[in-house]
Amino acid sequence: MSKKLSYKEILFDPVFKNNPIALQILGICSALAVTSKMETAVVMALAVTLVTAFSNFFVSLIRKHVPSSIRILVEMTIIASLVIIADQLIRAFAFEISKQLSVYVGLIITNCIVMGRAEAYALKNPPVESFLDGIGNGLGYSFILLTVGFFRELFGSGTLFGISILPTVSSGGWYTTNGLLLMPPSAFFLIGLLIWVIRTLKPEQRESD
Amino acid sequence: MSSDSVKKTIGVALGVCAVASIFVSTAAVELKPIQVANKKADMVRNILDVGGFDSESPDFSKVYEEHIKPEIINLKTGEVIPEEKYTKELNPDDFDIKSLADSKTYGEAIPPNEDIAGIKRMPKYMVVYKVIKDGKLSEYILPIYGKGLWSTMYGLLALDKDLHTVKGLTFYDQGETPGLGGEVENPKWRALWVGKQAYDSTGRPILQVIKGKVSANDPRAKYTIDGLSGATLTTRGVNNLVHFWLGKNGYLPYLENLRGKKHE
Repeated sequence: MSKKLSYKEILFDPVFKNNPIALQILGICSALAVTSKMETAVVMALAVTLVTAFSNFFVSLIRKHVPSSIRILVEMTIIASLVIIADQLIRAFAFEISKQLSVYVGLIITNCIVMGRAEAYALKNPPVESFLDGIGNGLGYSFILLTVGFFRELFGSGTLFGISILPTVSSGGWYTTNGLLLMPPSAFFLIGLLIWVIRTLKPEQRESD
Repeated sequence: MSSDSVKKTIGVALGVCAVASIFVSTAAVELKPIQVANKKADMVRNILDVGGFDSESPDFSKVYEEHIKPEIINLKTGEVIPEEKYTKELNPDDFDIKSLADSKTYGEAIPPNEDIAGIKRMPKYMVVYKVIKDGKLSEYILPIYGKGLWSTMYGLLALDKDLHTVKGLTFYDQGETPGLGGEVENPKWRALWVGKQAYDSTGRPILQVIKGKVSANDPRAKYTIDGLSGATLTTRGVNNLVHFWLGKNGYLPYLENLRGKKHE
């Protein structure tokens, strides 16, 4: 990326053009774990977006003073602190959801998107652009998470955000739920299909073999 | 580059850590009271829910004060601990099963051959919630827990004052597969428990979760419950933990004391 990107491009490129999950294949593990329901997917997406944005921002703020020998440690300290704060906030203000997300909020620390953006972008760019880059990549992550969550919850439990859409057999309706969609592997298939769709629409993303 | 000097490296490292720790500790300290209150409110809601009260009502804590009388019992002897013997760890308001089970004074290991619930350690004491309706004792709510497929499931079992009939069951903390084992929280499945018999006429626990559906004309229908489809291991866990807590390592001594009192 030699030419200077506009704010808008920084913000929206990662959603389709350079999606962290679909193109960079980062952050897959949490995309499998928290997408069996929309509600948890939304909170997780929000948390990752904010953590990425702020970690980019802070890393970028001190980028000129960070000795290269300890830069990864400094980034990790910042990311870990932000994640702990996010986890504490969720526990205080969204208790029900925090019970379902359990360890996965803490695992944002190991989400490669956060670390990847700090290394690849925030170390070389000014704070405002870095912040937007974080939001943008968070949105790209959110887009995949919500799409996967939508299909998994709708066809796996017949609900969206816990509200019954397809009345299931077990509650007296007609829809037989698809148990596979509730298991983590189904997210692999859905993400695979999504990558296929995105690469069909945007052939330039195809890898040459 | 000046950024790479030893002095600067140490300085930056210390600075970043100091700032980060201030943020983290502020968040932890400031939010702690809200988190503790959330946990307590959640427990109160669950108790009300399994006791058949409206747990969503805004003044649920008032309903709790009015209708729920907690007491602490010694599981081995079944005796009720008098209020003046309550300690900081051992009192109904701050009763924490996990930390009591791990404690040296208040917890103990379960012999492996008797540990059907798969919990390894348990508290020597338990809190029991008595439900008072219209000024009269109507139910006992008993905390229960045990291993499912992935997680330890924490729940509450409500027994009628006849000490035989199940009045409700709920799980308030579990990490089973959502949509399969996680259906232990499904109100429709939990409703199947209401009215089942926990003990036979000789006082042996007979409540059972079976694989598949219970047919209405099965003679065992009074004490068997449909298993959750697609969740054999979670269902087995529920079955085992209910057996454990209804048995002699669980609440049986306490319930026998109560039964004895009734005969006098």
